[in-house]
Amino acid sequence: MRFVQLSSPGRWRPLWVSLSALVVALVIAGAVFALYGVSPLEAYGSMFSGTLLSAQGRAEVLRRAAPLLLTGAGLTLAFRAQFFNIGAEGQILLGAVFAGGVALFVPVPAPLMVPAIFVAGFVGGALWALLAAWLRSRLRVNEILSTLMLNYVATSLVVYLISGPWKGQNVRGFIYTDDFPASAQLATLPGTQVGIATLVLGVLLAAGLQLLLSRSTRGFELRVVGENPGAARYAGISAWRVTLLVALLTGGMAGLAGVGEVAGIQHKLLEPSQISLGYGFTAIIVAWLARGNPLLCIVTALLMGVILAGGDVLKIDLNMPYRITDVFSGIILFTLIASEVFVRYRLKVGR
Amino acid sequence: MNDILDALLRALAFGTPLLLASLGAIVNERAGVVNLGVEGMMALGALAGFAVAYGGGMGGNLWLAVLAAMLVGAVAALLHAFVTITLRANQFVSGLSLTLLGLGLSGLLGKKFEGFPLFNQPPQWPFTVGAIVLAVVLGGVLQFTRVGLTLRSVGENPAAADVLGLNVGLVRYAAVAVGGALAGLAGAYLSLVYRPSWTDGMTAGLGWIAVALVIFVGWSPLRAVFGSVFFGLLYYLQFRLQGQSPVPTEVFSAMPYVLVIVVLGIAGLRGQQGAAPEALGQPYTRGER
Repeated sequence: MRFVQLSSPGRWRPLWVSLSALVVALVIAGAVFALYGVSPLEAYGSMFSGTLLSAQGRAEVLRRAAPLLLTGAGLTLAFRAQFFNIGAEGQILLGAVFAGGVALFVPVPAPLMVPAIFVAGFVGGALWALLAAWLRSRLRVNEILSTLMLNYVATSLVVYLISGPWKGQNVRGFIYTDDFPASAQLATLPGTQVGIATLVLGVLLAAGLQLLLSRSTRGFELRVVGENPGAARYAGISAWRVTLLVALLTGGMAGLAGVGEVAGIQHKLLEPSQISLGYGFTAIIVAWLARGNPLLCIVTALLMGVILAGGDVLKIDLNMPYRITDVFSGIILFTLIASEVFVRYRLKVGR
Repeated sequence: MNDILDALLRALAFGTPLLLASLGAIVNERAGVVNLGVEGMMALGALAGFAVAYGGGMGGNLWLAVLAAMLVGAVAALLHAFVTITLRANQFVSGLSLTLLGLGLSGLLGKKFEGFPLFNQPPQWPFTVGAIVLAVVLGGVLQFTRVGLTLRSVGENPAAADVLGLNVGLVRYAAVAVGGALAGLAGAYLSLVYRPSWTDGMTAGLGWIAVALVIFVGWSPLRAVFGSVFFGLLYYLQFRLQGQSPVPTEVFSAMPYVLVIVVLGIAGLRGQQGAAPEALGQPYTRGER
């Protein structure tokens, strides 16, 4: 058995390969259900009906898709430029912290509050990613490790703030801040926890990034640095500048997702695991599934939204531990990257 | 004086899982394969070890528990090997998926073991002494033996190794499996010795620190001993100083992670990452460069 390179892979081949990978992932996850003692059919049935067949379920999907879209669309750039940012989780938290700081402690006139917290959140997330970019470019610190470590640091920072200096005046026992002023609370779709601002921002920014990638000089430079660093050097493209741009956008967008979570849903800064439900890691799959196309993230974010919301349904309906979503994410990511080889190669049996 | 000795012994206890896991990572990285799944493999090893040792409350076999943990770690690592070596997928993303999957599966399947104590707890010293001996042996093997030469050449220049008649894929598979077995063993240390019980997420980022440690010690097993004692000391201090100083607890809990970054930065400044195996992280296909 060996791989034979296809001379001209069809245009739709990546799509078919990705879809097949997803099907394989669902089959493997079904086996895990069976291993755990739950009928796979029952599990999938309950996931499906609990997310897509009810209005409340669809709202839950959208609620998760919004931060995933913002974060995932940003990450497509990072992965295109070979900047392996896996610290979106921390960048989301920093976005939440900066937005919270402004909402709670900076006297901004009410009409300007919402833009102010979004700008603050973008800056917070971007700074966290830029730190990793600087470490990589200047000190050759592997960004996978630095961004990951910064996740843990961000978690500690949030816990410190909400249990110490930022702890709410009227809060007894629990650790969280006071509620944000009304001017810093974002509108949601009526009767749901779906943030309108983050959803709209996500779609607009995804489209914007797609244009940046395909139509602009910066986008061209970014692609060259990612695909052929040697050629980029030869062409005089500054890899340092590309890395900074990528970190700025990718971290900033994760920060925006953080703003949406605290200002749109929670209305206060609280424990890290409640600010982000693992969006930073799931967004990696969103970006990878979209094969580096920001616009496609609209589809993949919805898909992963179904899986995250479906995981919640499983927790309640079938009494399964929350870790089931990690299992899902792990399996999907595995089958996806394993399938990548079939985009350009086919398997030939025999010599 | 006794305090210092006590602190050092505690540092060794904290550092043992780090040492075991990083020795494993050194083996697979020396063969050119990065596996970021250490945290996940540790979690799976911890659960497998605990499940076998617990044996339904009747007291299982400890040796079997250790063996099961290593086996589970190796099997998990082989998944990474298949995806990255045979299917040539991105090693970093594959390792990340392995961590997600390992943490997820262990949390899911470990649910029914949560909260039970282990009565037949093994002693700590065989693990600690064993890990140090292993480091010394591994250092010697890498430096002076044919096996070590094979491993290094596959990691440094797979094309040349291939021309010399070495089976690059096979060597890499074996190295990745060894890495997984040692990560599984590190996990078993946590669930059998260090905190004889099973809790979801008990690996607490130790796997990631082990991955960073490998870069910090410049892929040298002997230096890994000192590196893991150093990080072990930090962990010890974190618990020792908690609540006894005006510094907030969160500073201590963030310290190991901050230090990983600082330490990698220093390694970068010193140009130590130049010591990385040439072909680290790159898939190898005959006839392609």
